[in-house]
Amino acid sequence: MRFIGAILFTAILGLIITTGLTVRAFAQDAPDVGPKPPVVIKPMESHIGNVTGHAEAAKSDFRRYCAGCHGDFGDGNGENAVWLDPKPRDFTLAAFKCRSTLTGTLPTDEDLFNTIARGLTNSNMPVWNTFTKQQRADLVAYIKIFSPRWEHEKAGTPITIPAEPPVTMDSIAHGKALFTKLECWKCHGTHGEGDGPSASTLTDSKDNPIRPYNFALGKNDSRFKCGNTNQDIYKIFMTGVDGTPMPSFADVIQPNDAWDLVHFLRTLQVNRHGKENEVLSAAHGVIPPYVDKNPSPAAAPADNKAPGGGQ
Amino acid sequence: MLNYFGQKFKDNGYQLMNDRDAPIWQNPGYWPVTFRITPIWHRVSQGKVAVDSTASESGQVEQRITSSGFDLSGLDFHTGGTLEKNFSFYVLPSSDPTASFHFETVMGRLDNIAGSPWLNVKFGKFELDNLLSEKRILTLTGNGGIYQLYHFMPVGDGNPFAQMGDNQLGVEVMGHSYNDRTRYSVALLSSNDGQVGLPYGAESYSTFITASQAFDAGKLGVQRLGFYVFAGQAPTTWLTNLGAPIGGSGTGNQGFSREGFVGQFYFGQHFDVQVVTQHGSDSAWFGQGYGDLIDNPTGLCNAYVDGTVVQQPCNNTPGTQLVPGSRNPTWNGVLIEPHYVYSPQLIFLARYETIKMSQQSTPGTRSDLGNITTYTIGYRYNPFMTSRAGFAWHNEFNLFHQVGTSPLSGTNINTSELLTGFDFDF
Repeated sequence: MRFIGAILFTAILGLIITTGLTVRAFAQDAPDVGPKPPVVIKPMESHIGNVTGHAEAAKSDFRRYCAGCHGDFGDGNGENAVWLDPKPRDFTLAAFKCRSTLTGTLPTDEDLFNTIARGLTNSNMPVWNTFTKQQRADLVAYIKIFSPRWEHEKAGTPITIPAEPPVTMDSIAHGKALFTKLECWKCHGTHGEGDGPSASTLTDSKDNPIRPYNFALGKNDSRFKCGNTNQDIYKIFMTGVDGTPMPSFADVIQPNDAWDLVHFLRTLQVNRHGKENEVLSAAHGVIPPYVDKNPSPAAAPADNKAPGGGQ
Repeated sequence: MLNYFGQKFKDNGYQLMNDRDAPIWQNPGYWPVTFRITPIWHRVSQGKVAVDSTASESGQVEQRITSSGFDLSGLDFHTGGTLEKNFSFYVLPSSDPTASFHFETVMGRLDNIAGSPWLNVKFGKFELDNLLSEKRILTLTGNGGIYQLYHFMPVGDGNPFAQMGDNQLGVEVMGHSYNDRTRYSVALLSSNDGQVGLPYGAESYSTFITASQAFDAGKLGVQRLGFYVFAGQAPTTWLTNLGAPIGGSGTGNQGFSREGFVGQFYFGQHFDVQVVTQHGSDSAWFGQGYGDLIDNPTGLCNAYVDGTVVQQPCNNTPGTQLVPGSRNPTWNGVLIEPHYVYSPQLIFLARYETIKMSQQSTPGTRSDLGNITTYTIGYRYNPFMTSRAGFAWHNEFNLFHQVGTSPLSGTNINTSELLTGFDFDF
């Protein structure tokens, strides 16, 4: 009897204390000192194909897998944030890098869904493809609770991506000319190594330093933040990367121009095997000058050797 | 157990795979090390312990011994991380409660060889690729703090070399799909139960093979099914010097195997059940006590010499034969461990394990001798959750029942343990 009594005593005492601590812990979820208001989970939804996500269902997953960096309140101030570069996304701003929608608009549910699954290379956002589709859809809905924009605005309309034209030397040469004309080199560097003259001055929308993408890194496994396909790169030109200095060129260049730029940028990935580098190799690594009927007033610096071309 | 993200992180060689895994990307103040220790209070009640009789009697009697008090676990000293992209390591000096240390894990790991997640290599001393990991077990008591299935030996058996729960020395090749849904591993191991210095056999090896497939079951979660095989050979006898065994001189390799299925079933956000089955078999030599000469407390094995069954030193002296009719001991077992995760900070758990002999090595032995049944319940509460430190208030109760193994009367043994403690790491 004494033994059973000891078990019961321990169990009851344990449950009482645990309940008390649980209530207390939930009242101050964040690691910071001082009480915090509880997170209000609005009844947000997401729709990806035939899967409907519910914010309430993602509460536990967000706490377990996301809050460490993005913070309990989605403001990008999780306990790990101070150690991370680039900083975690601040969901209260509802500004997202990887979208299929025009700059300044909200992304589609599918954009966020794909970002979670893909992760963001060159950041600390891992690939979360271990989640089920349902979990990811729930998390997309959960992200929406942090900004009132999701209550008042609809997601932007996805841009149309025209069929990719064939990769030719003309296309690459034109892309190279656009790279100069649009002053991409100022940030990305003449060889796409992320070392342009403005690179060291760049900051994101929260004034955190940010580096331009280095195209030359990696081999066949090199990845872009928002996807690995040529279509994904095309999207970046046309939608921009919101929250960063990378603008949208939707109002500046025509679809075919954007494809030419894509083809040229692929040649900056000098260690990658692809159609673009095959075309370049066939031309012995030399990109011929492109004759532009409307030359840009912006001039490249004196030491700006032509990027790419196997130099 | 690891959740599916943790499993993938481990399978990627402790990398997030976002091109930020090399140490150069880490904060200079970061050093990947964690201490883990658990001060506890526990009450252990062990049935039918052989004790010397009181003065009014002679000889020995069996008696229940119950003790309780404050205590300590051992200390684990985890350190691991990346040396460079796709090169990682893990070193784990571990102590018993008296701070006597040994190397629990020491391994180097190469990942994504030839750019493929299907080819990764681990070399050194490491945990076998058990989906239900004993090294991440959620329980702490003496009998409940291990998986009986991972350490079971029939009564009188001398084979300590097939303990799946012990870290082993060897090399492992493993691979997985990009999302880790499909995974396999094949390990070549020294048959020495992870003990350094080749104390047993000089030429005995075993293998551990496992594979599993996970399925996306919608709102239920990710379900995983797999199998494992642990099979090999280990020495049964040693050369001796003036009767004392010579380390590393093991010979007379005999076979053993452990195989079974593993299932990880999730039922929504809060409830999951882990299941492991096992069919085990040892050579009859092991069944008669040959094998672990070094740690065998009696040093005696059953032998058949000049037409007579005798107990003699297990060094296989000339003329020794197995007792006629000796058979391979075999058994079957199952482990079922449900968890209710109220929140990431509060988890309730239970476990039921049963192991039943299907064939005893010595004919005529009662068929259920050594059968084990054990029940464990408990819960862990983490008052806070951070990535820098952990603290759990742990409460657990275990009942252990084994058939026919009391030392004097050969009756059943029942042992219980109640434990509460602060399990923390930093």
